[in-house]
Amino acid sequence: MLTKRIIPCLDIKNGRTVKGVNFVDLRDAGDPVELAKQYADIGADELVFLDISATLEGRATTLDMVLHVAEQVNIPFTVGGGISSIGDVDALLKCGADKVSINSSAVKRPELVNELSDKFGSQCVVVAIDAKQVDGEWKVHLAGGSISTDIDLFEWAKEVETRGAGEILFTSMNHDGTKNGFANEALAKLSEALNIPIIASGGAGNVQHFIDTFKEGKSDAALAASVFHFGEIPIPDLKKELKANNIEVRL
Amino acid sequence: MKLVIINYGAGNIKSIQFAFKRLGIDAVLSNNPEEILAADKIIFPGVGEASSAMTMLKESGLDKLIPNLKQPVLGICLGMQLLCESTEEGHTKGLGIFRTKVKRFSNDVKVPQMGWNVIKDLKSNLFFGIKENEYMYLVHSYYAEHCDETIAKTDYGINYASALQHNNFYGVQFHPEKSSLAGVKILQNFLEL
Repeated sequence: MLTKRIIPCLDIKNGRTVKGVNFVDLRDAGDPVELAKQYADIGADELVFLDISATLEGRATTLDMVLHVAEQVNIPFTVGGGISSIGDVDALLKCGADKVSINSSAVKRPELVNELSDKFGSQCVVVAIDAKQVDGEWKVHLAGGSISTDIDLFEWAKEVETRGAGEILFTSMNHDGTKNGFANEALAKLSEALNIPIIASGGAGNVQHFIDTFKEGKSDAALAASVFHFGEIPIPDLKKELKANNIEVRL
Repeated sequence: MKLVIINYGAGNIKSIQFAFKRLGIDAVLSNNPEEILAADKIIFPGVGEASSAMTMLKESGLDKLIPNLKQPVLGICLGMQLLCESTEEGHTKGLGIFRTKVKRFSNDVKVPQMGWNVIKDLKSNLFFGIKENEYMYLVHSYYAEHCDETIAKTDYGINYASALQHNNFYGVQFHPEKSSLAGVKILQNFLEL
């Protein structure tokens, strides 16, 4: 049976991890390659690198980092952040990234999803959607959540699926950073409306939240950052708990 | 050991090259017939769309070369599918090594299948030291139907062939280069065939 996936997310700036990482046994917590190796060793199913570099030089460094991750890590990984053209994607895939994640650039020019899936295959095109629930309606937000739009989350998700997205990474801005659990109602609705995998993001605080998002939220994968980076939820323990709750995971 | 990864423009071959590098083998990326024929072992990769991949193979004449190879050949993912008789993807005729057809998953399951699933009923030296129900990483929308050449099975809505073997030709639907330590073991087994 296909298992549910646990995905640590690393924020990268100029080729270094930025968000606080407090991992035991790391010589250099700022080195994404070492961190990625450690995550692969303890049973992470996949990794996501989010590039928040603001400069061209920073991005070039990230490309170099991607190459080093691919060289040393034997699990799949996705790279997102600032990707807006076929050329950007080509460069990342050539460096060994398995998937890319696009967000604002897809909203600005939805044809990009078609172009990428036609050229590289939908299996490597993840569309990340940041959305916020306001007065009962889920609206898509851009640029890391700072710009609101009138676009409905569910309509947008359906549209990118039709255009060839292979997977949706949905972050609830209402839940992100709260550690109060994932947006399971919206996630379940997405999972029922779409026929591609859905990654839950935003709100992980304890093991029960993961159990809930797989059971109630019908998520195919769950992504988190700080609870993993600070060792609050060790991945091996999390997976054992999921298994004990009859959720299929790779152990 | 001379290992060639056939480079015909399809997919992410860097990861495969790196996986062998971790095993101490410098694999050569090539679409040159002489170089491919001179190799001890050959990897036939492929990610992307079947009909465009087949077009690229034909343009370089590799569609004629590959079926006549005598060395161990390992098709990975789309590479495995192109070694079958045909695939529903783009109504593409395959190279016809494995006597089976490739079909699209039904919409009763999410498509693509993306993630870790188990392989079982393992039947080849390729899986030496691999336990039944070992997890492998898979990303695909099309699957190979069972035939006499099935050497591993996986369930995803339907039970299908996740690995095939015919003489010196091996094919795996999963990505051993992305399947952690068990994947490494399979690549090592291939090198030792």
